[in-house]
Amino acid sequence: MGILNKLDNSVEQFESGNIIITSMDKLLNWSRLSSMWQMFFGLACCAIEMMATSASHYDLDRFGIIPRPSPRHVDIILISGTVTLKMATRIKRLYDEMPAPKYILSMGSCANCGGPYWEHGYHVLKGIDRIIPVDVYVPGCPPRPEALLEGLIKLQERIRNQSLAKHIA
Amino acid sequence: MEINEIYNKLKSVFGEGIGELKTDLPVRPFFFADASKIDAVALFLRDEESMQFDNLSCLSGVDYDKDNLAVVYHLCSYALGHQLVVKCLVPKSDPKIKSVSDVWAAAEWHEREAFDLVGMIFEGNPDLRRILLPEDWEGHPLRKDYKVPEFYNGMKIPY
Amino acid sequence: MAELRTEEMILNMGPQHPSTHGVLRLVLTLNGEIVEEVKPVLGYLHRCFEKHAEAMTYPQVIPYTDRMDYLNAMSNELAYVLAVEKLLGIEVPERVEYIRVIMAELQRIASHLVAIGTYGNDSGAMTPFLYCFMDREKVLELFEIVCGARMLYNYIWVGGLSHDITPEFITKTKELVKYLRPRMKMINNLLSYNKIFIERTAKIGILPPEVAINAGVSGPTLRGSGVKYDLRKSDPYSIYNKFDFDICVGTGERGVVGDCWNRYIVRAYEIEQSLRIIEQAIDSIPEGDVQSAVPKRVKPVAGESYVRTESPKGELGYYIISDGSLNPYRVKARSPSFCNISVINQISRGHMIADVVMILGSFDIVLGCIDR
Repeated sequence: MGILNKLDNSVEQFESGNIIITSMDKLLNWSRLSSMWQMFFGLACCAIEMMATSASHYDLDRFGIIPRPSPRHVDIILISGTVTLKMATRIKRLYDEMPAPKYILSMGSCANCGGPYWEHGYHVLKGIDRIIPVDVYVPGCPPRPEALLEGLIKLQERIRNQSLAKHIA
Repeated sequence: MEINEIYNKLKSVFGEGIGELKTDLPVRPFFFADASKIDAVALFLRDEESMQFDNLSCLSGVDYDKDNLAVVYHLCSYALGHQLVVKCLVPKSDPKIKSVSDVWAAAEWHEREAFDLVGMIFEGNPDLRRILLPEDWEGHPLRKDYKVPEFYNGMKIPY
Repeated sequence: MAELRTEEMILNMGPQHPSTHGVLRLVLTLNGEIVEEVKPVLGYLHRCFEKHAEAMTYPQVIPYTDRMDYLNAMSNELAYVLAVEKLLGIEVPERVEYIRVIMAELQRIASHLVAIGTYGNDSGAMTPFLYCFMDREKVLELFEIVCGARMLYNYIWVGGLSHDITPEFITKTKELVKYLRPRMKMINNLLSYNKIFIERTAKIGILPPEVAINAGVSGPTLRGSGVKYDLRKSDPYSIYNKFDFDICVGTGERGVVGDCWNRYIVRAYEIEQSLRIIEQAIDSIPEGDVQSAVPKRVKPVAGESYVRTESPKGELGYYIISDGSLNPYRVKARSPSFCNISVINQISRGHMIADVVMILGSFDIVLGCIDR
């Protein structure tokens, strides 16, 4: 049973086998982290690596990460590439349209800090964190699919340790 | 056709509108044409039987020197297989040049790009707006004296 | 029945839209579902390549050319490096030329595989996308063997290459050629000659050849209209004149010449031609040192050069002006996608909204290349 493996030490199982007891937070977090829907949205070079990661060779689906075209459906947004000033306002708007709780993964040097365009890029935003808060930064130009997967696992860890109850109160 | 033949033919038709043929610089010879006559020159180059420059390969805006901007036309002929480089000087004080977008449709967007980044005005271009930068952007970034602004729409630009 | 009130509707497509292949925005004017006008809005990925090029030394520009058209970084490097070499007037060893051609052709295969896969995805077929990306990984593996990078390589240097190839690369390339042929046959059966796919793409977005030439359209998009023009043969650069291959054109085998299907099928056929070039080249690479011609300092004399090459997307040109210093005075990139996309308004008029997606996909655009 997958759920028992995931919830492991915090689960108490009764003998008949159909009742388990766990904390609400653990259950909610488990369900949230194993179905992180991402926005179907690519910006630049990193978007190709993102596509390669979600295609057959690396297969993002096994983490429950499925691309969705509408910001209303998604939990995470991967900022995959250079954010220009013209695009920045649109990204801010997409972010605002996402329902909470929402997470941002900044993929690649450009989204982290401007990357190779930091010095003379008159039209490049030097880091997505100047307009929206970022949960996980993945360095690289572009990051390898393995690096992106590592970033997503880090994000899962972050969700696992959150408490929604505290959040609401 | 060789560059000399093309040049001589143009010179005989347009006279003063065509400058001297420069062959001393690497890599390919070029000549200057008058910015106010470039549309007529372009039409001639396209329609003349022995030239048939049916394709505008590239159009570049350049911040040429202290007082001048330049537009560089790289032409090629699919029919006859020859190539040509034509340049036009445009003074920075009054950066006006005739558009060739009627002659080659490819020029329309290239001219918009040159207007956007270097800032010459193409008279006769049907849709001369900024193409790459946002419409409320100020200045032309590929000018050598361009200063990057501090802020755009409340977002800090420098690192 | 009362007169039906019809008003024009403006629909905004993009910059966040799954099938605009990046951050392109199209403003559609619609009459019902019929498209009256398409206005592309560019610049959402304008990364100031040309300004950077002015501030860097010649070799430092190469990584930025990679990032311009990130699906075919090798071809971008090759075009830029050829332009600088022309300015410097240096000859590179034959071994370098051979390896460059092999790399450019492998890159063409990788780029076309993405084009085919995403085009299938646009038309609603998910499986070809997965297959194509699987095969593309195999090509990227080869690049990784020689230079360690998957996508953006900085491999082709002015006057040479950053690394020599290894025997492992040669055997793996030969294996890939053997592997890809039946795979392409399968993808053709799965997608290209699929009835549903043909219904979606045939007779849609017909681009007449004279319009295409006048608008500066190039590459597979131009050849889809039946124009037999490929810079590798028509204006050969590097050592392409040594190899035997065919120029693929749209013949109207399905649909009519110049429609989406014919543009698409040119890419599927070109993969076979690239395999042929690789096969011929891989066995005849001469011995030599790949860095013997790399200059200590790249400082060309004042002058200018314009080099055009056949990238997978079309005619990729670099216009470089040198003022005799270490930095280029001006670098202008003539990007193929920029010119190709400019005809979209002309050829999508009168089609449905869903067809605009297919027309756009058939150009195989890359926004990094359009906006630079």
